[in-house]
Amino acid sequence: MEYLKIENLRKTFGGVVAVDNVSFDVEQGTLLGIIGPNGSGKTTTVNLITGFLKPDSGKVLFKGRDIAGLRASKITNLGIGRTFQMVKPFYRLPAFKNLVVPLFSPRVKRMGGHYGEKDTLALDILEDIGFERDSAVPYKPASILPHGYLKRLEMARVIALQSELIVFDELYSGLTLAEVASISPMIEKLIETGKTIIMVEHRLKELFKIAHKIVVLDQGKKIAEGSPREIMKQPSVKKAYLGVEL
Amino acid sequence: MSTERRRERIDRPIKAVTDDIFCLSSMREIAYLVIPRILPIVGLLLLGFLVPTYWRKVIVITFIMGMMALSWDFMASCGLTSLGQALFFAIGAYSSAAVNHYLGLPIYLSIPLGTLIGAIISTACIYPALGLRGIYFSMVTLIIPLMLMRVVETTGILGGTEGITGLTHFPGMFITTTISMAALWATFFGLRRLIDSDYGHIFVALKDNDRAVEASGLSIRWFKVQAIFIGSAICCFCGAFMTHYYMSVGMSAFAVDLSIFPIAASVVGGMGTLAGPLLGAIILGPLSEALRTFGSFRVVIYAALLGTFIVTLPEGLFPYLARKYQQIERWVEAPGGISED
Repeated sequence: MEYLKIENLRKTFGGVVAVDNVSFDVEQGTLLGIIGPNGSGKTTTVNLITGFLKPDSGKVLFKGRDIAGLRASKITNLGIGRTFQMVKPFYRLPAFKNLVVPLFSPRVKRMGGHYGEKDTLALDILEDIGFERDSAVPYKPASILPHGYLKRLEMARVIALQSELIVFDELYSGLTLAEVASISPMIEKLIETGKTIIMVEHRLKELFKIAHKIVVLDQGKKIAEGSPREIMKQPSVKKAYLGVEL
Repeated sequence: MSTERRRERIDRPIKAVTDDIFCLSSMREIAYLVIPRILPIVGLLLLGFLVPTYWRKVIVITFIMGMMALSWDFMASCGLTSLGQALFFAIGAYSSAAVNHYLGLPIYLSIPLGTLIGAIISTACIYPALGLRGIYFSMVTLIIPLMLMRVVETTGILGGTEGITGLTHFPGMFITTTISMAALWATFFGLRRLIDSDYGHIFVALKDNDRAVEASGLSIRWFKVQAIFIGSAICCFCGAFMTHYYMSVGMSAFAVDLSIFPIAASVVGGMGTLAGPLLGAIILGPLSEALRTFGSFRVVIYAALLGTFIVTLPEGLFPYLARKYQQIERWVEAPGGISED
């Protein structure tokens, strides 16, 4: 039984077919990268898997159970966590209080993570992810944090939720090379601890270093699938990205 | 060459170490922190019990309107911008009137029951609209009270156009004032405590980014239901209270004024601060009464004052006063000011 299996997923917006019969699967404990040019349906696919959109047809089988069309909060509580491309924290709350919200979720209660002080728990998670505990950073309002910290705050949420399948939607966008270099090891560490990861990414170089498998989308269709090495050689992928056959 | 000057703002050198512990070294510093907290409580006590009888009635109404404003501000902080607080007010008013008139229950039961039943009915009324955001949600809250008002008028239920009269009155003015003031403070401190608690942060988060709340494994619909229930329960209490205060209830309970006043008070006082809407209500309530001598022209003066206020102080009175109190402002020469050549 596959861990996560996407079967013939399809979603249209009016006359536009955003995701067109896409199928792929993810093995437990691996990192799947989803790439493709702008408008190829990557984020829509993520939204369909995580319940933020309902598919027109097709199945999302998570550990054998069809979760397509369930509420997003329900899917989150089943163990699929996600981050957003546009970072929008809870602006009026301090950074560490942003993590107190997911700590109220039924999933965290079930996993036993609610024992102990929520603030301490939130600060522990933030420290692991690069917020210096003794500095003022975790206590600052989220509205004044720099972009790099906001991305980490997004990551911190799925860690607080103890999600087993994590979907990162363009985590690296807008980050400097140094920031990417500090976040990549964290992702590798997540895989080592048994998490499964799906990354939607434009920064191919950084993604190919850590991904086990790549799925390429173009205009809503899957045009290629394979290891990073195989994908790099595919002429169809180059065509999709550059618009010309090389 | 002219010297460039700029205004410098410096925080006053008293800092709270945490939310709970203050490091204080003199009576002056203690006074600095305590006075703004004691002043409104003492002020309202004096206002409530020492003014002449006629103005006492105005003050009681002001207290109730203050609660309506607090309720509106709380709901707005949760991202539920309502244009129909009158709906909740009227449902509370009719519930307690019905309980008192048809079932004959005494006043100390009809007000709590009216509040509870009213809050349940209000939440049920708004529930279908909870999937909407922003202006769409606001529109629905504006429509429902207008619709229900016509339902009462045309079907004649709950007294129809005549309303329900002859309800039990409060035993005396002292008790009326005490109850309204106690309820106002309970609402204010209760809501403030809720917003500052970890659980209350979920409500704050609802407005900032509801998708992230959903991605945190929490159902936004369920938390919006809770927010509506809390907000409408406050307004229902107001409705129930005013019904017994006037000894009658009629279609005027649905009046648009009741929806507008909380918004005006919040805008004047400063939205999202809780203390602001309270301050706004305490200014606007008596002001509206004082302008009564101008007859129908009072609306013009009232509106002009309101407009001027909003344009000149868009942040609201309370944030402005708080800033003036907590910071020292002075003009300093800007080093290396911009030269004119």
